[in-house]
Amino acid sequence: MKKSLVLLLCLCLGLMTIGCGSKSSPNGKVVVYNWGEYIDPDVLTMFQEETGIEVVYDEFETNEIMYPKVESGASKYDVICPSDYMIQKMIEHDLLSEINFDNVPNSTNIGKDYWTQSKQFDPDNLYSVPYCWGTVGILYNKTMVDEPVTSWSVLWDEKYADNILMQDSVRDAFMVALSYAGHSINSTDPAQLEEARDLLIQQKPLTQAYVIDQVRDKMIGGEAAIGVIYSGEAIFTQRENPDLEYVIPDEGTNIWIDSWVIPKNAENKENAEKFIDYMCRADIALKNFDYITYSTPNDAAKELIEDDDIRNSQIAFPDLSQYKLSTFSYLGEEMDEYYNQLWKEVKSE
Amino acid sequence: MIVNRLKKIYVALIFILLYAPILTLIVLSFNASKTRAKWGGFTIKWYLSLFQNEQIMTALSTTLIIAFVSALIATVIGTAASIGIFSMKKGWRTFYLGVTNIPMLNADIVTGISFMLLYIAIGASFGFPTVLLAHITFNIPYVILSVMPKLKQVNYSTYEAALDLGASPVYAFFKVIFPEILSGVASGFLLSFTMSLDDFIITHFTKGPGFDTLSTKIYTEVKKGIKPEMYALSTLLFLSVLILLFLVNKTPRKEKKQIIKE
Repeated sequence: MKKSLVLLLCLCLGLMTIGCGSKSSPNGKVVVYNWGEYIDPDVLTMFQEETGIEVVYDEFETNEIMYPKVESGASKYDVICPSDYMIQKMIEHDLLSEINFDNVPNSTNIGKDYWTQSKQFDPDNLYSVPYCWGTVGILYNKTMVDEPVTSWSVLWDEKYADNILMQDSVRDAFMVALSYAGHSINSTDPAQLEEARDLLIQQKPLTQAYVIDQVRDKMIGGEAAIGVIYSGEAIFTQRENPDLEYVIPDEGTNIWIDSWVIPKNAENKENAEKFIDYMCRADIALKNFDYITYSTPNDAAKELIEDDDIRNSQIAFPDLSQYKLSTFSYLGEEMDEYYNQLWKEVKSE
Repeated sequence: MIVNRLKKIYVALIFILLYAPILTLIVLSFNASKTRAKWGGFTIKWYLSLFQNEQIMTALSTTLIIAFVSALIATVIGTAASIGIFSMKKGWRTFYLGVTNIPMLNADIVTGISFMLLYIAIGASFGFPTVLLAHITFNIPYVILSVMPKLKQVNYSTYEAALDLGASPVYAFFKVIFPEILSGVASGFLLSFTMSLDDFIITHFTKGPGFDTLSTKIYTEVKKGIKPEMYALSTLLFLSVLILLFLVNKTPRKEKKQIIKE
C-alpha cells in the first residue's frame, strides 16, 4: 500500500510539471467565451503575436449553459459567441453592450444577406457581428432513396419506415413539423403547435431514432436513409460518403447564426472590438472556415477559397434569397415550457 | 448442469456490459478515420497529436494538480476531523457525522451552484483557487467515511501503553495509531483523488475563463463531435488506472512474504 502510494505521488508530481506557464502582456488581455472546437487554435496564437493582447480563452457547450454564467456575472467575459435566439434573449435582458463599428472596419467583409438575417434577433445590427451560420436540412442516401427529395414530407413517407433519423432537440423537431405544416417556426399559436405535436407523434413509428451527433456517423455508415442534419456537418459527411446528398426543403427551414457580442460587464471592450475585427479579416475567417467547416458569412473569405467545389457549394453557400429561411427567436419562458411539455408528450407516446 | 451454464453466461454478460464500452473506445482510438462508422486502418497518429495538443495537455496537468492537491489537503483535514469526531461524546459524534455526510449525499449541481453563489457573494475571482477549494470541500466527507471505520478497530490500550512508557501524545499517535489507520487514510486519499478527477459539474460552476480540467474540456466538444485525441487520452487514463490497481493489489502480498522470510 505504502509503495503504491509513493508511486502515485511520483506519477502526479511528474505530470504536474507539464504545461504550466503564464505570460503577461503589455497590451492587456481579452477574455473570449466561445463554443468548443469553434476556432482554429493557430488564429489565437497569431492574434496574440500581432496585437500583443493576451487571449484568455474559454469554451461552452450550449447556449443554455453559457447564459447563467454570463448573467450571474460569475466570470467577466469580453467577447462571447452565442446563437441567434440567445442573442435576442441577452439583448432583452440588457446584458449586451453596443459595438462601436468604427473599431471594427473589417466588418464590411460580412455579406449583406447575413446582416439582413441578423435583424431578426438584433433589429438594428447594433450588438452582434456574424461569425458562423448554417441551415438545417435533409441528408439522404441516394442509393436508398429513389426520388429526388425536395420536401419535409419525405420524413412522413411510410416507404422509409425505420430509416429516418430525427434531431433530438425540441426546437429542431418542432421546426421540422411546423415547416411541413406551413406554419412559422417561431409559432406561439397553441392550435398550430398541437398540430405539429400530432404530426410528430404520427411520424414517430417511422423514425429509427432521435439523435443529435450520431446522425453524422449513422449516415456515413449507411445505417439510415434519411436524416435531419445541420449543413455544416453535411459537407463533412459528403466527403466521407459520396452517396449522401443534402437539400434544403422547399417549405423552408431554420437558418442559424452564431455571432460575436460584447457583454455589458466586459472589462476590455476595446480589445474585444480588436478581436472581433481580427476575426472578420478575410484570411483569418478563411482559416477558421477550413478548421470548423461551418459556413462563413465573410464574403471576402469566401472569394479566397481555392477549391471551386466548396466555394460554389450549394450546401456551404446556398443563395439565401432562393429559400424560405428564418432564425429561431426567443419565445419567452412560458412558451419554452409549453414547447417542452408538448415534446414530452411526443417522446412518451 | 444448466444452472452452471447459466451462471457462466450471467458472469460473461456482466463482464461484457462492464468492459465492452471501454473496449470500443480503445479500438476507436486506433482508427485512422475520424468517424466511428468507418475503419480507416490502424494508426497511432491520435496519440502523437494528443501529446502535441497544448490545450489538452494543459487541461490534463490542471486536472492532475487539482486532484492531487485537493486529495492531499482533504486527507489531512479529513483524518484530523475523524480523530476529533471519534473522541466526541456519542450524541455529538452522530450529529457531526450527519453534518459531514450531507454534502456527500447532496446532488452535485446543488453543491456547484451554491459554491458559485457563495463566491459571487464574497467577490472572489474565479479560477484555480476557487476550484481547488470546492474540490477539497467535497473530498473531505469521503476521507472521513473511510478513516472512521479504521479508527473503530484501533486497540486503544496500545496507545495508552505508549503514553505510560513516556511517549508524547503526538509521538504515540504517529507510532501506534497512524500505522493502524493508514490503509483507511490511503483509501480515503485514492477515493478523493478519483472523485476530483471525475468531477464535472462542480468544476464547471466554480471555474473561471481560460481554466479547464479534462472533464470540462471534453464536454465543450459536444457541439462539434468529440475528437479522436480524446479517445486516445481516455485509453491512456484507463491503462494508468489499471496499472495502479494492479500495483495496489500486488504490493501487500510481497510485503507479507518479506516479513515471513525475515
